[in-house]
Amino acid sequence: MSLDRPLTRNVRPDRSPTDLAAYEANGGYRGLHGAIGKLTPSDCLQILKNSNLRGRGGAGFPTGMKWSFVPMDNPSGSHKYLICNADEMEPGTFKDRLLMECDPHQLIEGMILSAYTIQADVAYIFIRAEYIKATQLLREAIAACHDKGYLGKNILGTDYSLEMHVHVSAGRYICGEETALISALEGKRANPRAKPPFPQVSGLWGRPTIVNNVETLCNVHHIIERGADWFQSLGLTADAGTKMYGVSGRVKNPGCWELPIGTPVREILEDYAGGMEDGYQLRGFLPGGGSTDFLTTEHLDLAMDYDTIGKAGSRMGTGTMIILDDKTCPVGFVKNLVEFFARESCGFCTPCRDGLPWCAQVLDDIEQGRGLQEDMDTLARQVEFIGAMGNTHCALAPGAMEPLASGMKYFREDFQRHIDGAGCPWCDGGIH
Amino acid sequence: MSDLIPIVSVAEAALSEEKAALSGLNAVLSEAELTAIDREISHVPYRSAAAIDALKIVQSHRGWVSDENLRAIAHHLEMSAAELEGIATFYNLIFRRPVGNKVILLCNSISCWIKGCDNLQKKVSEQLGVDLGQTTPDNRYTLLPVTCLGACDKAPVMMVGDDLHEDVTEQAVQTLFGDHGGGGE
Repeated sequence: MSLDRPLTRNVRPDRSPTDLAAYEANGGYRGLHGAIGKLTPSDCLQILKNSNLRGRGGAGFPTGMKWSFVPMDNPSGSHKYLICNADEMEPGTFKDRLLMECDPHQLIEGMILSAYTIQADVAYIFIRAEYIKATQLLREAIAACHDKGYLGKNILGTDYSLEMHVHVSAGRYICGEETALISALEGKRANPRAKPPFPQVSGLWGRPTIVNNVETLCNVHHIIERGADWFQSLGLTADAGTKMYGVSGRVKNPGCWELPIGTPVREILEDYAGGMEDGYQLRGFLPGGGSTDFLTTEHLDLAMDYDTIGKAGSRMGTGTMIILDDKTCPVGFVKNLVEFFARESCGFCTPCRDGLPWCAQVLDDIEQGRGLQEDMDTLARQVEFIGAMGNTHCALAPGAMEPLASGMKYFREDFQRHIDGAGCPWCDGGIH
Repeated sequence: MSDLIPIVSVAEAALSEEKAALSGLNAVLSEAELTAIDREISHVPYRSAAAIDALKIVQSHRGWVSDENLRAIAHHLEMSAAELEGIATFYNLIFRRPVGNKVILLCNSISCWIKGCDNLQKKVSEQLGVDLGQTTPDNRYTLLPVTCLGACDKAPVMMVGDDLHEDVTEQAVQTLFGDHGGGGE
């Protein structure tokens, strides 16, 4: 059993799923046996806080601190909820699918211990409809846990009870935003909600609710079983634990690997992704999904952790990098992303609903050779308006501005070439 | 004053007509659909909270959700049809128009775009004779774009029905849909 790669220790080379027997044979549900009825919820919370686990869904918020806002003086008979955000849809992100398809019980065990910590009595896995295999495996895993007494009434003979449901979504990227997800789970349009009140206090059906990403929850039982010091020791930098890193685009070996958090970008790109495909050069990369700022070749030696990537002007986000090569047009690249976010806007507030399609239109004009010099000023102004946190109800539109603003900064000559009418070798003769 | 009387009568008549229409709606959904919807209702604090599940249940039986079905679901959930329509049209995987036997979900997000999904879409369109949003005349396929499918290391990808196809090439598209007449036959 690999102690330094806890999340993927059960992932087989052929990616066939681990069932309950195989999971338990490799030490699975030991965390559950060691914690339920033996550690108090506040013990568990303290371990989580000490571990410095940060949310793996993109925002990197400290998990223990998030949970500490859940009221623990809950009158009996009133619900508290734990929700697993398995709505993986960030462009270029493909890590949660792997965790759920290869080792569904790891997520269930993590969720049981997370729910125990906040004393939730109902847990939901909110999963996108396209993850058919993962949905089926999770439902089977939940049924197997019920049979074993790991879920349901009086878990392991204690007075702690937990029901777990899989909710299959009906689509839309915005459901990944935690308050939009709660709206969707309540059967409504998935419009994000204003905060405060925060979901920890008033979430699903107005009850205290914690929403966490799949990868975050998968870490929890390992941390409770092995302790905060062990988890801290896994990271190479100030951040703790491991991270599911991914690389997609024109590299030799695109994929997803669990590595110590803080592994340098270059190591991920060259040692794991195998470097660029023959005939392609690296021009830039989005470090963690479609809503993160470009970084370039000058940033290759940075550590992939929250603070280092943040200081370089981007975000580690989901940790799954998207590579811009020298034969792909940066204007087209940015246009694809802005069109994506324009399409996925929930339409609730004006900067997002009207501003993003405007940006997409201007980018289309530039890409198609209809651009004017003043279009660059229009885009810059939109970046300023839409990109400022607080002008929109949620982070979707500011996120859309990250690749646009940084794309205009690092690849300005490509935008200019299109505007000057010089054409684009990659748009005109390329594969796009 | 006297003017108001006919208005009230008209309103009452409209109400009783609506009531009659609504009681007819109970018969629109099948026993199996109603049973499945009621099971969802039992998990939630109020009936309309099962709206998305109810739409999905009816869609799983019929392939899509017609106006008549939508009104029947709304009636069963004790919510207005307009509100349910607002929910149904929000979600891209609730179909308010008929779709083919298999829906093709072609990823056109960034990693698949880098790997040439635009050309792939052209190939699929050419092979099947349909554009995005359209259904083949023989009702076998509906072609739709979809957000990142979370398989970016295998880009470009698409789903055909429940199956995920990875590292899709134009040749693979030819093989998959080669037996299809295409071109509006």
